[in-house]
Amino acid sequence: MLKMEAMPRLPFVLAAALVVHAAVAEDGEWRMPAKDYASTRYSGLDEINAANVAKLKPAYSFVTGVERGHEAAPIVAAGTMFIVTPWPNKVYALDLQGKIRWQFDPKTSASAQGVACCDVVNRGAVYDAGRVFFNTLDNQTIALDAKTGKELWRAKLGDIARGETMTMAPLVVKGKVLVGNSGAELGVRGWLTALDVATGKIAWRAYSTGPDKDVLIGKDFKPFYSGDQGSDLGVKSWPAEAWKIGGGTVWGWISYDPDLNLIYYGTANPGPWNPEQRPGDNKWTAGIFARVPETGAAKWFYQFSPHDLHDYDAVNENVLVELDIGKQKRKVLLRPERNGYVYVMDRATGEVLSATPYVHITSTLGVDLKSGRLRYNPAKEPKVGRVIRDICPASPGAKDWQPSAWSPRTGLLYIPHQNLCQDAGTYEVSYIAGTPYVGADVVMKAGPGGHRGEFTAWDPVAAKKAWSVKERFPVWSGALATAGDLVFYGTMEGDFKALDAKTGALLWQFKTGSGIVGQPVSYRGPDGKQYIAVLSGVGGWAGAVVSGDLDVRDGTAALGFANAMRDLSRHTVKGGMLHVFALP
Amino acid sequence: MSLRFLSLLLLVGVVLAAEAKDLRVCAEPDNLPFSHEDGSGFENRIAAVLAQEIEAGLRFEWQPQRRAFVRKTLGEGLCDAWMGVPAGFERVLATRPYYRSTYVFVFPKTRPLLSFEAQDLRALRIGVQLPGNDLAATPPGHALAAKGAVEKVVGYTVYGERPAAARIVDAVAKGELDAGVVWGPAAGFFAAKAALGVAHAKAPAELDGLPFEFAISIGVKRGQKALRDELDAALEKRKPEIDAILADYAVPRVR
Repeated sequence: MLKMEAMPRLPFVLAAALVVHAAVAEDGEWRMPAKDYASTRYSGLDEINAANVAKLKPAYSFVTGVERGHEAAPIVAAGTMFIVTPWPNKVYALDLQGKIRWQFDPKTSASAQGVACCDVVNRGAVYDAGRVFFNTLDNQTIALDAKTGKELWRAKLGDIARGETMTMAPLVVKGKVLVGNSGAELGVRGWLTALDVATGKIAWRAYSTGPDKDVLIGKDFKPFYSGDQGSDLGVKSWPAEAWKIGGGTVWGWISYDPDLNLIYYGTANPGPWNPEQRPGDNKWTAGIFARVPETGAAKWFYQFSPHDLHDYDAVNENVLVELDIGKQKRKVLLRPERNGYVYVMDRATGEVLSATPYVHITSTLGVDLKSGRLRYNPAKEPKVGRVIRDICPASPGAKDWQPSAWSPRTGLLYIPHQNLCQDAGTYEVSYIAGTPYVGADVVMKAGPGGHRGEFTAWDPVAAKKAWSVKERFPVWSGALATAGDLVFYGTMEGDFKALDAKTGALLWQFKTGSGIVGQPVSYRGPDGKQYIAVLSGVGGWAGAVVSGDLDVRDGTAALGFANAMRDLSRHTVKGGMLHVFALP
Repeated sequence: MSLRFLSLLLLVGVVLAAEAKDLRVCAEPDNLPFSHEDGSGFENRIAAVLAQEIEAGLRFEWQPQRRAFVRKTLGEGLCDAWMGVPAGFERVLATRPYYRSTYVFVFPKTRPLLSFEAQDLRALRIGVQLPGNDLAATPPGHALAAKGAVEKVVGYTVYGERPAAARIVDAVAKGELDAGVVWGPAAGFFAAKAALGVAHAKAPAELDGLPFEFAISIGVKRGQKALRDELDAALEKRKPEIDAILADYAVPRVR
């Protein structure tokens, strides 16, 4: 990699051949949410670099007309940009100068808004072979003709009356559209479903709980650790029939390794019981599955948070890279997990090679690499009626859905995350559907240092932080890394930033119209120039205080997140807008 | 000309009066005994009594009372009131409570379950409602967990077709469950139809302080003090009728 830096003037194709990690030549597009199957969110474009980024200027912008949290990545393919808004999930196709080519309104049910847990977000579309695929909050997967916006098919996959919603961005692998559901807290049984790319017909569905046949666990299932071995653990690790409403929804990210022919994705927290009422490991929630894309057959599983106590959904991204570990080149999976550890895993077998804290952790005491088990701290177990202070990380975890980026040039993983702890306990009376109940009265607050967010560059080989930048609010946007050795992310105040990928030095920033919780991308325009695009529009769980007009006098609103975000409305207002930047 | 002008004035006057005097109530379309879009819930009937008392037209906005319902309904100006919220529920401005009920055991009359201290509690198949929010449970759910009764307890989410309480009572009547521990108004209503026994549930000693009784008020948007005061006066004045409606629905009440 040092060699690469010494020869920056080499033609790109030749340079790429010299860099072992660069998987494919840069096509200048951004067809899937994470740029590539390995989920690197790395663009090989290098026109914008540390020397000239200070001159970066707005090229064009576009108002979406929607006010909720904009978490989607703008998808760029075939000379067009595709944007999916939060509910009502409108799709806009723009030419690459911001003009509307077509727009599509899926007529998403209004009542779906009442079901979504944490703002009515959508994480975007995916492009594949002339089609655009996206999910709606009311559980439809829709395929559109990318040229015309004409609807090709739609598949209704879940029921909002049961608390089910869909918020994730699909991924297309080997002729299948892979989609998952949301709503674990509400007693939704999680699944990943594969739809035929041409017809929308269900090819297979793999549940996250229940008997092996429902989970698509067969003879090829070879989990690395003994705790995950045995028959029908998706039933036996639960009381009575609790698995039927057990959660483990699939609302995060999917990666794919074409060589091993495996897809990787995480499952959310168990629900809707509180932990005392669901003894057992509650499989297969809060863990990661490796499956064969053609059939959905499970290859291995690893549980990050067995018997989850703190709402540590395990849906975060899985970044697939090759690393030199112990003098050996290994195909690994990097996983900055909600529970506060960066996991480096062998992605062929599911073995945990290392699990290192990247934030202040009190809720657990480490990961036992022999058994693979997370060791909980009994002093921080939530118990109703008992106040437990300083549970770190808080329920949104060290990092929630916001995806990290990987640069093969620096060998660093760029992690947008939060620094939050919470106090839980006391009886808080609440009410739903004519039913009074009591919950843990959760109040979140800044962790040690007083800052609520951080952007960390992590060296997974050395298993330590290379550098980090503190932010006032949780960094709820995704990250983007480029071959110009820059990393981009946005803050909830609305500052879009470019940092030196090697040092973390702030090189450029631009104040957008609203807080940023979207995913920045980079593409090559029709004029051959490099562009950087991001949606601003504050919201999501962290930003619901602004996008949902929450009353911050009630610190427990937004499941306790409001307390930590009281001052957000002094820094930003809601409203969705696309911002695109280029050099003059 | 002057006649037309007069009628126009009258029309405007009527519209203004109607606007000023409409009580817009958010209510669940399918959650008996509380509320139903055919107007057959006790909250629907009590709303009608109150609207009449304050000389307002009554309009229902049929909305599910789900997570964040206050923000998504009252907060967005969709309606003026929810007929049922716990007294002191801090997300709304609440009226004085108009009834107080309790969680109750529901059981076949041949085999009563009266206490969480029952010897065979862990062996019983017991149904509870699941509100489904992080780390949240109904008080009976917490009580059963504290008693180690977890393996055979069955949860009924409030999401799904028909009210959770109706599904639990059905299961008890069919013998699929040995008992249920359900919020009083719903338990009383469905158990009376199924000829099942009902007994007030009390917190076990180890969860002293866990509330099983809740006083229920009408919730209006914070800041709407005038409407709240008007409803308070109406609740006071029409108390006998309201009590009679609650009795009609066999709502178990406590002082």
